[in-house]
Amino acid sequence: MFRIDFNKLRFLVCDDNPHMRRILRTLLHSFGAREVYEAEDGATALEMYSHYVPDIVITDWSMPIFDGLELAQMIRQPESKGNPFAPIIMLTGHSEKRRVTVARDAGVTEFLAKPISAKGLYQRVLNVVANPRPFIKTKTYFGPDRRRNTSTAYIGPERRVGGDMEVLQQPSLLDKARTAV
Amino acid sequence: MPTHKRVTLDVKAFADHHVITQPNPLSGVLRRVAEKDLDDPVARAEKALAGLSGEFKQWMAIEADRLTAAHTAILKSGFTDESCEELFRAAHDIKGDAATFGYPSAGAAADSLCRIIEHAPELDQVPANLIAHHINAIQAIVRERTRLDTASMASELSRQLRDVADEYLRHANRDRPEHLEAILAPSIAPGH
Repeated sequence: MFRIDFNKLRFLVCDDNPHMRRILRTLLHSFGAREVYEAEDGATALEMYSHYVPDIVITDWSMPIFDGLELAQMIRQPESKGNPFAPIIMLTGHSEKRRVTVARDAGVTEFLAKPISAKGLYQRVLNVVANPRPFIKTKTYFGPDRRRNTSTAYIGPERRVGGDMEVLQQPSLLDKARTAV
Repeated sequence: MPTHKRVTLDVKAFADHHVITQPNPLSGVLRRVAEKDLDDPVARAEKALAGLSGEFKQWMAIEADRLTAAHTAILKSGFTDESCEELFRAAHDIKGDAATFGYPSAGAAADSLCRIIEHAPELDQVPANLIAHHINAIQAIVRERTRLDTASMASELSRQLRDVADEYLRHANRDRPEHLEAILAPSIAPGH
């Protein structure tokens, strides 16, 4: 059996509702987390993201200034100085399937619909820690692989084109982020 | 804090995309434990959440009052971008929080109100009573929760509001297929 050492993880929680922030803080602390930073809007969250370099971001969708979706898009900038790879868990009251698709296309790693539960949150954290997905970069997308299942039947317009693979080695963007702080 | 080792990204370039992998930077936080040493972090967190529950009634009252204030502002000054956004945000917060606070029917009524705000073609064309009834219902559910006989009544009230709201939205969006599809799509929220 595996367990997560939450005390080794640094979280950034972004939600404009103080009650939900309190609940998230309570849940994360009782899981064992010690470092939980909180922001009440997307702009503050982005600033804290650069400053604290969290391991995992948990964000609401609907927020003032700029929302959780825009926050995800700003984090997922492959050329930025910051770390574009951090797992992003979107915790939201939006509960329509089309919203999940929009969040996924913004580079969100996991989607958790409210009402929140301790089990749901734990499972999302466990998933991003234990099963990270490779990142995909296309002309229009940069983020975790949106394919969770292998399907050869997919014939949609955004199917990736294969061709001969060329393997490149390059310094980690994460390293750049760490040294920039 | 986890030690962030220097890692090299493995980038595989294909015709129209790159696949980027790196050694799992969070692998160091996973720990194998023996079955006998297994504590239950989820149970621990649920217990901590239960410890907060004494504050939920007050929190719910604050959220409901915020919704009423947003509605009052609209009654006073009409629908503006700002007032509509505040009404939606207040309703949306209740939709997300109320079940956690022990008021699932208030959450369901708030969900119905969110759908009206999101999908009505013109908010000022929505029957004023339809919005007012949602807000009054949420206030009533929050105020009367302590009475044992109100749970089923609250559930029935929010269900009926949803039925009326959905009927209105289906009619108002009969020529807007993208909204109709969203209205009719099933929810992915837990418990739905």
